[in-house]
Amino acid sequence: MIHQSAAQMADALAKGETTSVELTQAHLDRIAAVDGQVKAFLHVDTEGALAQAKDVDARRKSGEKLSPIAGVPLALKDVLAQKGVPTTAGSKILQGWRPPYDSTVVSKLKSAGVVIMGKTNMDEFAMGSSTENSGYGPTFNPWDLTRTPGGSSGGSAAAVSSFEAPLAIGSDTGGSIRQPAALTGIVGVRPTYGAVSRFGLIAYSSSLDQAGPFGRTVLDTALLHEVMAGHDVRDATSINAPVPAVVNAAKSGDVKGMKIGVIKQLQGEGYQKGVQSRFDESLQVLASLGAEIVEVDCPSFEYALAAYYLIAPSECSSNLARFDAMRYGLRTGDVDGASAEAVMSATRDAGFGREVKRRIILGTYALSSGYYDAYYGSAQKIRTLIIQDYAKAFTKADVLVSPTAPTTAYKIGEKVDDPMAMYLGDVATIPVNLAGICGMSLPAGLADEDSLPVGFQIMAPAMQDQRLYQAGAALEAALLSKWGAPILSKAPELKGAK
Amino acid sequence: MSSLSRDDVAKLAGLARIEMTESELVELSSQFGMILDAVARVQEMDLSGVKATSHPQPLENIARPDVVLPSLSPEDALSGAPAQEESRFRVPQILGEAE
Repeated sequence: MIHQSAAQMADALAKGETTSVELTQAHLDRIAAVDGQVKAFLHVDTEGALAQAKDVDARRKSGEKLSPIAGVPLALKDVLAQKGVPTTAGSKILQGWRPPYDSTVVSKLKSAGVVIMGKTNMDEFAMGSSTENSGYGPTFNPWDLTRTPGGSSGGSAAAVSSFEAPLAIGSDTGGSIRQPAALTGIVGVRPTYGAVSRFGLIAYSSSLDQAGPFGRTVLDTALLHEVMAGHDVRDATSINAPVPAVVNAAKSGDVKGMKIGVIKQLQGEGYQKGVQSRFDESLQVLASLGAEIVEVDCPSFEYALAAYYLIAPSECSSNLARFDAMRYGLRTGDVDGASAEAVMSATRDAGFGREVKRRIILGTYALSSGYYDAYYGSAQKIRTLIIQDYAKAFTKADVLVSPTAPTTAYKIGEKVDDPMAMYLGDVATIPVNLAGICGMSLPAGLADEDSLPVGFQIMAPAMQDQRLYQAGAALEAALLSKWGAPILSKAPELKGAK
Repeated sequence: MSSLSRDDVAKLAGLARIEMTESELVELSSQFGMILDAVARVQEMDLSGVKATSHPQPLENIARPDVVLPSLSPEDALSGAPAQEESRFRVPQILGEAE
């Protein structure tokens, strides 16, 4: 049962062939069997999940009209607040915190009857690309337990890839949904900025953060996308427009006559050979389906990584000021006579990990007087140029494509002491965030040299998210018929699995 | 090659209200040169006449009608407080003799 797609599970639920309680229990059993090795979850809410499942079964029985994925279980990245359930954003500074409210994404999931099984591991405050920066230890890639699943949403990606959950939610500030999806052989989408409410999403870099769906198929991802997106008055940057018809697009999956632009700057040198080969092969498949492949030039993308690693740390240095030991979270050093400032400084030292401190300090530097124009100011101008490059490219193509990440999954510990090497892994995903547009990663096969998954990235203009699904579904179907079986059937069986 | 001394890092850490150990200060200052060189690439392009983008959406200020909406009860708002007293957050001394 757990190896089915979410769409198949939803269908079985609708037909009365199974119940949400049964389906949820099967996934909880799977988590109990394999999560000791994968460590995708920080908190499994067994009781709460079964209560939600029981409730949705009762609603179905009473004849209530339910959402298409009602009763299907899901894994939630620990960056989203869920009332009464521990929420840490992977940080020690929030250990034990139970939010007194639901994020809008969680409210939407609950009213759609989606069962939230627990909170998944992540790089602390979503700062990282390997989930190694979690304050609670790393998550392991189900394809090879000595490797990272990517990040920052590594727990969510690993949960879906190891069949612990059919669906998951992540957040993507510089590639944190697409890159782990690529490294674990699943589908991940970063919706258009403003398409999904950020209310209750613990902020890292507010102008870049966006929550989005993970699934094992393009259609599953679309079903979740449709449930979680939509306007929200509690997020001033939320777009007040109908959700693009992503499910219909995923069902039609057609690229005939579609113009697909290959970004010159996001391939070739610096990309692993097996990554480049699978990418090129997918392009041929798209061409054989009737798409027109064109090359587009985005010269300012060369500076995207530099701009990102100024903008995101700058915003985070401001956003994370709220962790001040006063209203919630950790407080240390509160001895008689200690000043508020001393308590704050001691708490932030004890509660924040190395990478978070590094980025706060970098952001503080980039925003300090005398350096502001040279660093933050210039980065904001590069951002304008990137938006212009995209605008120009989208006059020549309906969607743009690239490999999602320059390499396949790397070994745990390999890059943890070399921040710049780690940052380079985000080179192909970051431009989407800076421009506020949407992007998808879907499996393009396994690299010849290491038999690890490779991701194919599709990008579309703001609020044209349906194009991702239309092109993605077409490629997925063609690759599936070429391979004969889904990519995850090639992943090694995890020990302890039934 | 850019660089940031141990004392520069200490000053920034103070501004960011993060107490740091000596070894953290030294480690960060040794990593900063490389990181600053990488991000300083934003200065390589001719950016004269380019407008800055602070946000991907062309939004004006958003206001909602001024009506009372449900909000957290005092108990809920205080539920995560490290310390509380008389339905208020209890905080360490802010003004006065300390420092």
